[in-house]
Amino acid sequence: MYRWGMVIDLDKCTGCQACVVACRQENNIPIMGEKYANLGRAKFWINLIHEIKGTYPDVEMRFIPLPCMHCDKPPCTKVCPVAATYKNPEGIVAQVYPRCIGVRMCVSNCPYTVRYFNWYAPSWPEEYQRGLNPDVYPRRKGITEKCNFCIHRIRNAKMKAKKEGRMIREGEVIPACVQTCPSEALYFGDLNDPQSRVSKLSKSRRAFRLQEELGTEPKVFYLKEGEWDDG
Amino acid sequence: MMDNEAAAHKYQNILSPLTQAGRPFWLATIPLSLIVLWSFFAFCWQYYWGLGETGMGHPVSWAFYLVNFVFFIGISHAGTLISAILRITHAGWRTPITRAAEVVTVFALAAGPTNILFDLGRSIKFHWVALHANFISPLLWDFTCIMTYFITCVLFLYVLMIPDIALLRDRFPRRRWLYKPLSLGWTGTERQERILNRLSTFLCIAVIPVAVSVHTVVSWVFGMQTQPMWHSTIFGPYFVAGAIYSGIAVIILVAAILRKVYHLEDYLQPIHFNNLGLLLLTMTLLWFYFTLAEYLTTIYGSGEAEVAVFWAKFAGKYSILFWAMAFLCFVIPFLILALKRTRTILGTSIASASVLVGMWLERYLIVIPTLTEPRLPYARGSYVPSWVEWSMMAGLCAGFTLAIILFSKIFPVITLWEMEKEEKESRERTQR
Repeated sequence: MYRWGMVIDLDKCTGCQACVVACRQENNIPIMGEKYANLGRAKFWINLIHEIKGTYPDVEMRFIPLPCMHCDKPPCTKVCPVAATYKNPEGIVAQVYPRCIGVRMCVSNCPYTVRYFNWYAPSWPEEYQRGLNPDVYPRRKGITEKCNFCIHRIRNAKMKAKKEGRMIREGEVIPACVQTCPSEALYFGDLNDPQSRVSKLSKSRRAFRLQEELGTEPKVFYLKEGEWDDG
Repeated sequence: MMDNEAAAHKYQNILSPLTQAGRPFWLATIPLSLIVLWSFFAFCWQYYWGLGETGMGHPVSWAFYLVNFVFFIGISHAGTLISAILRITHAGWRTPITRAAEVVTVFALAAGPTNILFDLGRSIKFHWVALHANFISPLLWDFTCIMTYFITCVLFLYVLMIPDIALLRDRFPRRRWLYKPLSLGWTGTERQERILNRLSTFLCIAVIPVAVSVHTVVSWVFGMQTQPMWHSTIFGPYFVAGAIYSGIAVIILVAAILRKVYHLEDYLQPIHFNNLGLLLLTMTLLWFYFTLAEYLTTIYGSGEAEVAVFWAKFAGKYSILFWAMAFLCFVIPFLILALKRTRTILGTSIASASVLVGMWLERYLIVIPTLTEPRLPYARGSYVPSWVEWSMMAGLCAGFTLAIILFSKIFPVITLWEMEKEEKESRERTQR
């Protein structure tokens, strides 16, 4: 059994937002425009957070790519009154779109605020229509959606591997964000495989997870920024 | 029981609203109906375009509708609960206000969960909550408890109205089609009275734990979530106390208005308002105690996420609302209710109105600041309600008022048979 996980090296992240764009293309996430984004209607299955600490000249700025953490103990799944979200056997916290009735309790109980609601019916400009990815499930207005580690890619890879009677190989399947990252700051793979890159990196001394104190046990690991000058 | 003709004559004041509908009636019901219709339009608008027509957005995924949900469920608490407690403790002064209290409960309880219907992304699939029930979700607990409470309260109201309906059946032949089936053949025999007594005692006792459970699980919708200033063990009792608090305020207001409009001065006397005022005073102090405990613990513990929400309320962008709440929920009612001189009908009414607004603000301040300042400090939001949300709120309040008005035109708002029974008992006591 696989246990999918992601590692994000904050040292390598340049904050270019290519992951955000790639995710948007891959998963048919509509573009809302500035006005609606300011109203909180934009969806970012992966978002790039920037944090500025201090004031000039003592300033520190960092970027944090923020996908769904795919918690091993997800707070969002248990609160859904119609069981429209669940953690699948491979550890992906998935949303069952046709079942969702839009209660949004999962949104409010997500400590990472990475679940997004369809405030309007999704729409694209005419030119975009033909560029939509046919592999992902369409979402209607009034339901919640979220990052699913590009589950359609994983499904395809699994089918292919099954046909050939083997497990998915390391690096054979990666989500769009990992694939596109120009500085190769994102890693994806099977945490159950001790030889996999993510498995090793997740045990690195630099590794940490967001809000570990909550006991949600995320499967997205971050690698801390290194100290360039110990002064 | 005295014969119907005499009873009808004696309680003419209570029965007259059932047959007369003057200009004030139309002046009240027509605008109220228009507001309800307007809110229906607003709902259709929102349903067609999506919830984006509200002021909600990421990360403020719950707002006005949830506030109103908690608020109306809170109001529903006083009625039957107070009525039941006063019955069990044989508080003699309760009789003229119990019916009004029970009516408030039933209609508030119908208004509360309606908000969830507004709030759903796919309202038409509301029944899936029952169909695909996931009992780990606090919302399912809500659904179960509220349904139980609603059924119990409707029964409670109805059972204790049967003797009065029988009287109306005999009194108004033209409405027999309505009253006859509802009266269940009540003739006031000894056996019937025994059954009624037993049933009402049972319902009195049954309704109390159900009522407490309802607002506890409403609080758990928030309390069970690991969000700053929601995840608090005090929320259950805090919400129950707040619910009873706002509920008593509504009873006082409804009683004062009914007294004025239907000229029920003989039945709803200053003593009733004084006693209800004392109850309200108790709840004022209790509310203050709970609020103090909640906020002091939060700031003293100084968890990073909690403190962010705390300061947003205490001195940040919600500070005006916060201090208005403190003023309306504590300072004004306390000053009015603590003095016997101001604990009059007018005084208690003013205090109640103040409490009502204050408690609405309290619910607003529980729901929204936590969502605009979530645990992860990167997602920050703001919230301004849209015209849709204001319309729905106006529609709910109008619908609630309208339901009470219409009820008062079909059934007596003061329980006749219990008044009669009590009078008889006191007469017997003095004779002995």
